[in-house]
Amino acid sequence: MAFEKYDFTPITQSIHQGLIENVSPLLTTIIEWTIIGVLYLLFIAVFGLFLVYAERKVCAAFQQRLGPMRVGPWGIIQTIADFIKLLMKELITPKSVDKFLYNLAPFIVIIVPFLTISVIPFAPGLQSLDFDIGIFFVTAVSSVGVIGVLLAGWASNNKYSLIGGMRSGAQIVSYELSVGMSLITMVILAGTMQVSEIVELQRGGWFLFKGHIPALIAFTIFVIAGTAETNRGPFDLAEAESELTAGFHTEYSGIKFAFFFLAEYINLFIVSAMATIVFLGGWMPFHFGDWAAFNNVMDFIPGLVWFFLKVFGIIFLIMWFKWTFPRLRIDQILTLEWKYLLPINLFNILLMATMVLLGWHW
Amino acid sequence: MTNEQLIAHLTSAYPDANVKQGSQYPEITVSHDTAHALMVHLKSDASLAFDYLVCESGVDYPAFMQVVYHLESTSHRHFLVVKANTENRENPVLDTVADIWPTAEFHECEIYDLLGITFSNHPGLRRYFLDDTWGHPLRKDFKDDIHVVER
Amino acid sequence: MAEIIEKLITTDEIKTDEYLVNIGPQHPSTHGVLRLLTKLEGEIVHNVEPHIGYIHSGIEKMTEALSYPQIVHLTDRMDYLSAHMNNEAVCLCVENALQVEVPERVKYIRTIFDELQRLASHQLWWCASGMDLGALTAFFYGLRDREDILDIFEETCGARLTLNYSVPGGVMFDIHPNFQKNVKAFITKFRKKLPEYDKLLTDNIIFQNRTKGIGILSKEDAIAYGVTGPTGRASGFSCDVRKHHPYSAYPYIKFEEKMGTEGDSFTRWKLRMDEMWESMNIIEQLIDNIPEGDFAVKMKGVIKLPEGEFYQRVESARGEFGVYIVSDGKKNPYRVKFRSPGFSNLFTINHIAKGWKIADLVAIMATFDLVIPDIDR
Repeated sequence: MAFEKYDFTPITQSIHQGLIENVSPLLTTIIEWTIIGVLYLLFIAVFGLFLVYAERKVCAAFQQRLGPMRVGPWGIIQTIADFIKLLMKELITPKSVDKFLYNLAPFIVIIVPFLTISVIPFAPGLQSLDFDIGIFFVTAVSSVGVIGVLLAGWASNNKYSLIGGMRSGAQIVSYELSVGMSLITMVILAGTMQVSEIVELQRGGWFLFKGHIPALIAFTIFVIAGTAETNRGPFDLAEAESELTAGFHTEYSGIKFAFFFLAEYINLFIVSAMATIVFLGGWMPFHFGDWAAFNNVMDFIPGLVWFFLKVFGIIFLIMWFKWTFPRLRIDQILTLEWKYLLPINLFNILLMATMVLLGWHW
Repeated sequence: MTNEQLIAHLTSAYPDANVKQGSQYPEITVSHDTAHALMVHLKSDASLAFDYLVCESGVDYPAFMQVVYHLESTSHRHFLVVKANTENRENPVLDTVADIWPTAEFHECEIYDLLGITFSNHPGLRRYFLDDTWGHPLRKDFKDDIHVVER
Repeated sequence: MAEIIEKLITTDEIKTDEYLVNIGPQHPSTHGVLRLLTKLEGEIVHNVEPHIGYIHSGIEKMTEALSYPQIVHLTDRMDYLSAHMNNEAVCLCVENALQVEVPERVKYIRTIFDELQRLASHQLWWCASGMDLGALTAFFYGLRDREDILDIFEETCGARLTLNYSVPGGVMFDIHPNFQKNVKAFITKFRKKLPEYDKLLTDNIIFQNRTKGIGILSKEDAIAYGVTGPTGRASGFSCDVRKHHPYSAYPYIKFEEKMGTEGDSFTRWKLRMDEMWESMNIIEQLIDNIPEGDFAVKMKGVIKLPEGEFYQRVESARGEFGVYIVSDGKKNPYRVKFRSPGFSNLFTINHIAKGWKIADLVAIMATFDLVIPDIDR
């Protein structure tokens, strides 16, 4: 098909071939690791900054203002300026904090997006780790972040931080279940946990349409639980500004605060990317039945563009939540998960299994 | 009740107290030791039923300290000013009315802070606005060479 | 199994310790410098002790050295969101004491300003308490519409927040020629905007879960604690000074005293929304009928009140605002006491927030509509 010409495999293969013919295999691996590491680092830094800018503009649109407009045209350099400010700020370590844990927490929090991003296929051939248990890896690794949040809350020696950390712990541990289970529902449909394979299976149609009713339920739950996972409004009560000033990162300043901040936005990207991959066909173009002409036009749009279009769609949806809804209370959040989302999810898995067994999907 | 009826009723009920029509509202002036008993009655008497303490303020007169209670009845909609006087300027003590109207608890803390009138049986008398090192600024003999400039 | 759990819960081993948290003096949801010394067990609030006085400015002491027209200028520094009502209270008190009858035109202008001020105050309350509940977009909706009212104020009296428009004997200047046109344009516009407020928050299910049944204040407690204004009326305490002790142009107009029965946060919220509609009705009744005449009566250069005590109550945006002036016949008052609504309202918080969660405490404070300078004076 036409979109196959946007495959990145020839490029990565030629780099690999060129290296292995000239240097030793060990050096090849090291150089490839370095390239990938630097690329991901750059991507996270740039994309994180871009998401902060996007959030400020989206928020401004909802609130009928313009948002940042002064630094650069339409304020595009604003977030870069903010980041430079954060880099140059003094790193304050309060006197009575647990110094080791206090300094460790931001790094644990920032490691998580780096680990999870490795399994995400941006475009055909543009994926660094292709496990056969990719989905499992994502759910496992994304739970590590809560340790960083709990450590930050505990080590800060601040009651607001402690309450925020505890809230966040209860919340993320609960919603981890829903995220995992809605992914498992789709794994039943796909029959594999390999991320590239899941995307490949959606060549004939996105899973959201293929799995119709149960997939739609799973998608809704995934978006809700994903919003809660990333500690974003209306589930932002770990850092509930009007109650706990800033929650678990009250005592952090400068680049350590920036780590929490950046991690939140990259987690937002990862949740959206997972939703895109599992439900909306990853980098697959949108095809409609047997409209050959329409499908051919769609094929001409590169996979990378498709992927980011879908991701931004979901990111916009999650931002829309944040700027529309008031915040929930801690017991309401836990009630929502344990009394509603979890039972629905369990029933949904059963429904999906029955459907797959009887072949009632497209 | 209208103001005249109220004055007539109060005069017959409290022959000792000084009941008169003030510049706006009926006023009743009592001594500090009978004030509490009077106000218990003002609230419990069904024909008076002063259940809403609008305002409680302290005034420092040259001869005595006075606490002024502005009372209103939410059922009869009549208004009464009760004034309780104490001649002891050095250590003025009144009975608290926080047991009758809970809101008095907080107004009395304010009066204690600014005028230095102590209220006995008060559940938690503390200074609201000022530091312990301050005097009581609304007293007329209050002197502060640093913050107050006399003209 | 149930017995074991029962035993675990009741024994001390599993019980957590209470701990103290200082909410404030610098905290996003205290709307100023208020400190709530809160005793918590986990998330549950066990005791709230308000500590005030961080911006006590000694206004009552200052008034003893000032003349009456000067006192008016101090009053809008207390409850800056009901600046005009506070100004009016002192003016009415002085006029009553001197038995001065102000022109009809002044009464109408003052009442319209009162209601515009109430609208502006409720708008700011709406957006700020929306923000307390985590709905940040609400903040900008409210401020957007409040801007129109402030522009109307600015056009007539030059100030946007601390108006200083009322003076003993009348108002400082006549209304701007565009005043009536602009007010009518604003009312037409705001009648369309107000349903948006409901769509954004009041009808939202998360918002209703956060406020319904939370922080219930009974009618008896409202009267006993002297809780007035929309907060008291939400509990069923009929305390509208405009209705029971009408002043200015309120006797001439028909309006409804909005009442609630439940006394929870949601009723307080809904009641203020209803009051905004009612304020617009009041303004509409008055705006076309402002009589011609003087905007002030000539007062003496030095105003001296006769000897005696004078008390004047007005309905500010937060509740009953009272001025108690003791005069000894000089040009300065002997003693002035301001009965601020926020002071009485604030101290019920311990009574009704006990047993609720921290998030509910914030919701309760939001629906109480506290202005700290009003409490500290």
